[in-house]
Amino acid sequence: MKNQILYTLQLSDNALIYGHRLSEWCGHGPILEQDIALTNISLDYLGQARSFYQHAANLFNALPQAEKQGMFLSVALEEKIKKGESIDEDDLAYLRDGWDFRNLLITEQPNGDWATTIARAFYFDTFNYLFYTQLKKSTDLQLAAVAEKSLKEVTYHKRWSAEWVIRLGDGTNESHVKMQTALNDLWPFTGEMFRMTDAEKDMAGNAGVDTAALYDLWLQEVAAVVDEATLKMPEGAWMQDGGKNGRHSEHLGYILAELQFIQRAYPGMEW
Amino acid sequence: MTVRDFQEAFDEKIDKEIAIEPRDWMPDNYRKTLIRQISQHAHSEIVGMLPEGNWITRAPSLRRKAVLLAKVQDEAGHGLYLYSAAETLGISRDEMYDQLHSGKAKYSSIFNYPTTTWADMGAIGWLVDGAAIMNQVALCRTSYGPYARAMVRICKEESFHQRQGFEILLQMSKGTEIQRRMVQDAIDRWWWPSLMMFGPSDDNSPNTAQSMRWRVKRFTNDELRQRFVDVTVEQCKILGMTLPDPELKWNEEKGHYDFGAINWEEFWNVVNGNGPCNKERLEARAKAWENGKWVRDAAFAYSEKRKERSGSKDSKAA
Repeated sequence: MKNQILYTLQLSDNALIYGHRLSEWCGHGPILEQDIALTNISLDYLGQARSFYQHAANLFNALPQAEKQGMFLSVALEEKIKKGESIDEDDLAYLRDGWDFRNLLITEQPNGDWATTIARAFYFDTFNYLFYTQLKKSTDLQLAAVAEKSLKEVTYHKRWSAEWVIRLGDGTNESHVKMQTALNDLWPFTGEMFRMTDAEKDMAGNAGVDTAALYDLWLQEVAAVVDEATLKMPEGAWMQDGGKNGRHSEHLGYILAELQFIQRAYPGMEW
Repeated sequence: MTVRDFQEAFDEKIDKEIAIEPRDWMPDNYRKTLIRQISQHAHSEIVGMLPEGNWITRAPSLRRKAVLLAKVQDEAGHGLYLYSAAETLGISRDEMYDQLHSGKAKYSSIFNYPTTTWADMGAIGWLVDGAAIMNQVALCRTSYGPYARAMVRICKEESFHQRQGFEILLQMSKGTEIQRRMVQDAIDRWWWPSLMMFGPSDDNSPNTAQSMRWRVKRFTNDELRQRFVDVTVEQCKILGMTLPDPELKWNEEKGHYDFGAINWEEFWNVVNGNGPCNKERLEARAKAWENGKWVRDAAFAYSEKRKERSGSKDSKAA
């Protein structure tokens, strides 16, 4: 059960942190239509995050009291748990600190310029498409249901980001260079998607997905788009990781400082 | 037909409430007035994304975050409809952006005020969108067809936003003392600027008479402002808050609320660039536009290449 909760949190944290990053673009996009498109994608991820958090909260609330304590390092959550209160989606999003967050490092990387945002989207969407295609078959019916709904969304996201990689790669000299740089810069964050944590290994094969097995297909899909975009596949084998085990970059702390501001400054209120 | 005949045909349409369409003849000044008004309206939607966008990353719950994000996205959509409506009058979106960034075109001054607490998301929805709806409902019957049709779509979404804003304040007003203080503080800051949104009083609004004649405008600034005050006072009672105007009181004889004098000096200063956030708002828009140039250039270059490639394929096939 513990691994199922951690696994679900990993998925919700990915969706929340990534959706949050995209939401930072709202009102500042390079083209009005793309501002709207990006906000749509952000809203899709926020919706996914909520569904996963609700599921994680339900699983958590069903645990015996003794198993609840110590699951999170959050003082605020621990207090609630001690009082015997149940927790909800917002508690999980707003009351945990960075070391309790299990999102991939790629999702917390800054937006940078449009090419950076596109490269991050492209790697992550291509992965998510393959991932949800498998998660749809999960024996955890909640996860399967969210995956099925999300797959429809991600199918569109993947097409959108791939089209932009091609447009920028095969656009002007300037956009070509920027797109290549962004692909190279984010490349070291792609390995983590396929390097499985203990929770993932435990879940793979029934409720979860064997992400290591998705790598070849992912690489093939990415390479095809990169080729069409007249770009080169990044080289370099060294990969960053840690996010899925709660070891993050410096960026996450600032994301959470903003995201959680009201709940932290005015605790325990209804908004 | 002479210009006079065209003018008579135009006047007749206006009198008979027949919509003017893009390909119809229209007086130059009618066209200019509409371009000014519609583009100003479009710019207001786009600049208006900024003060609310300021709280997207800090919304207090996942549900509020999603609702706010969707709302700000709606504003972008409204901007899009309105720019398209203005384009039917023979001006491009790029030209309109240039006018905005150079300061030649105006946008609603209310967006030059800062959003300092979460309650501002409620107050903007309730008061600012509420005031906007007063104007916009009237514009659903404006004489220029594309503008009127854009407004019909916009009004549906705006009334939804207004309810959402009110609901934020209602929730907070049922909460703790500090939340109620936050609500009152937001109302205190947004009330007067909201009243200013209707524009100068009728005796100081030189364009009103002509716009009324053309049925671009259906009601005067003061008529709409009064209507807004009358409904808002009642809604404020539900929140258990007060509006920051000691002169506000029901006038039995007129059947309306009397209210205090608007600070027009502040209004004109904010219009002319001295508001608390004028500089930041324009800079944010200009920066998004400048930073996006290489992206737009790339998209254009790519679509040209595609056209060229499919063209050469076609010629080979032939």
